[in-house]
Amino acid sequence: MTPLRGFIEGVGVIGPGLVGWPHTADVLTRRASRTAAQTVLPAPAGLPSAERRRTGPVVRAALAAAHEAVAQSGRDAATLAAVFAASGGDGGNFHAICETLASDDPQISPTRFHNSVHNAPAGYWSIATRAMAASNVLCAYDGSFAAGLLESLAQVSVDGTATLLVAYDTEYPEPLHHARPIADAFGVALVLAPQKSDRTLARIDVHLTDANAFSFADADFEALRLSNPAARALPLLEALACGKASNVVLDYLDGTRLAVDIDPS
Amino acid sequence: MNPLLLTHFTATSCAGRGLDATLDALSAARSGLAPCDFEGAALHTFTGRVAGIEDAPVRADFAEFDCRNNRLAQLAMTQDGFDERVREAIGRHGAQRVGVFMGTSTAGILETELAYQRRDAQTGALPADFNYATTHNPYSLAGFVRAYFGLRGPAVSVSSACSSGAKVFGSARRMLETGLIDAAVVGGVDTLCLTTLYGFNSLELLAPGPCKPFDVKRNGISIGEAAAFAVLERDSASHADDDAIRLLGIGESSDAYHMSSPHPEGLGARMAMQQALASAGLDARDIGYVNLHGTATPSNDAAESRALTSLFDRVPCSSTKGATGHTLGAAGALEAVIAALALRHQMIPAGANTSEPDPALGLDYVLASRGAPLRAVLSNSFGFGGTNCSLVFGRKGAGAA
Repeated sequence: MTPLRGFIEGVGVIGPGLVGWPHTADVLTRRASRTAAQTVLPAPAGLPSAERRRTGPVVRAALAAAHEAVAQSGRDAATLAAVFAASGGDGGNFHAICETLASDDPQISPTRFHNSVHNAPAGYWSIATRAMAASNVLCAYDGSFAAGLLESLAQVSVDGTATLLVAYDTEYPEPLHHARPIADAFGVALVLAPQKSDRTLARIDVHLTDANAFSFADADFEALRLSNPAARALPLLEALACGKASNVVLDYLDGTRLAVDIDPS
Repeated sequence: MNPLLLTHFTATSCAGRGLDATLDALSAARSGLAPCDFEGAALHTFTGRVAGIEDAPVRADFAEFDCRNNRLAQLAMTQDGFDERVREAIGRHGAQRVGVFMGTSTAGILETELAYQRRDAQTGALPADFNYATTHNPYSLAGFVRAYFGLRGPAVSVSSACSSGAKVFGSARRMLETGLIDAAVVGGVDTLCLTTLYGFNSLELLAPGPCKPFDVKRNGISIGEAAAFAVLERDSASHADDDAIRLLGIGESSDAYHMSSPHPEGLGARMAMQQALASAGLDARDIGYVNLHGTATPSNDAAESRALTSLFDRVPCSSTKGATGHTLGAAGALEAVIAALALRHQMIPAGANTSEPDPALGLDYVLASRGAPLRAVLSNSFGFGGTNCSLVFGRKGAGAA
């Protein structure tokens, strides 16, 4: 057995009332309160203007979190393998495609089509950072963050490759929102390295479990955790923000969850 | 990398249901493409539609997963006794020790397209019977396969456009290597839907007739649908058969160039092939056949040819998309199975529909299927967003030839 282990070197977070990792860490440790506000998605850095104009919220959420985590790690983004994990793609874009396809003139635009692929954020990220390394794009519905973490740590442990994990989802407009009620955009990113270094924030180990997933006693945090598949990472982020050794269980699949040990020492 | 055993595999596409029919079509270079008759698609193009999906609903106990994509998955899993082989693997290892890694580009989004045609006239609401999670969502495929076999281990859908069905081998390999699982059910399933048909139409990439990869007259793709599956296990002494087919190497890269056009020099493709050879410990001359991505668009085939000729000094190659159509997220898995069939039957499949390979591309393009002593085969899969994956399959000692 190769332990599923990595060393966290960078964190990025964007979400409703959460602006970056330092602010999110303050909120999670009750040093700051979260204001009820919609997620503010910045224009994606690093892209040529033609590409930047074509990006929708899902790409913006992913790239914002990814850029923050990589900057904190001090690594060159172009050298990192990447794992992108999301339940869905660009909801507004897909709504527009479906409306067009159901109309008398079902001609969709090329940009709408290439933005509809699940790996659009991965494609734009590689263009923005010139990263030519392997990039994997996953989906496990509400367990997408855990699936991405498992895949990233397998890559780190087995191949000894420093890996960027990015998990994100954005809301669908109605009528799809009713079928998939994601509240608002949320993105989280971790830079995971195979060895401990002076940039290490914490060691992380994971294994499968059938224990129940951690839930917050705080109603606001718990609602936020359940509001977006990427926000299922919040218990891990809280453990990291607290800066002491702890373990949490994250939502993953029916009957199977992911146990996470965080050790900042 | 440590080689992995491809203990069982199967495929279903317009070229045939199951391995025998697929092999028969490949041996005869027979194409399953036909004029597009997919409901709602008024397009002047050919498609590789699998007949009979409409009449083969998902098993009643998994009815919530019923959609075209999962129907094709079920139809394909029940060919060649594949489902029985998976159950045997579960018996050997346990339900928690078998992982599921499924590639798909669009999963069951056809269900959402159809639901939008049935919106409530007053409220705009989707019909009450629409189930997003088990049809449209990319995970619906892996979730269906996991539920179908009653598995309790890791499961994931890989959705990186047209490399998805190849990338699953990489994810499964890493998870097997950690020891978290002992076997992996890998595969790719994609089915016809209006988003891809009208999407590729918007890019002016649909060929009016059956696609002709690498032909001087190639003029675009034909979209197909397929499901292909394999069981991967770690190599062990109990599988001492040297003729067993093994996954020997994997290469993964990104173009970092453009969302829907390949790098013109095929740089990312070249990196993926180089890495696949290196991880297999093989030289280019050890490869006896290359199953090309070969979608039949002028620029894709040109870029892949540049990448191939920069690494290989004349290797027999073909794209089997003339027979199957471009099956998008399933293509990598389908062509992995075709590579395994080529090794098992010592046969190089011709590129159906191609009659005059473009001399400017400089390939040893195979026009008639033929027998050949094959030790190792490489298969390419590339996709939108500049995602590339190359797989090397072979027999034990493939490099000694």
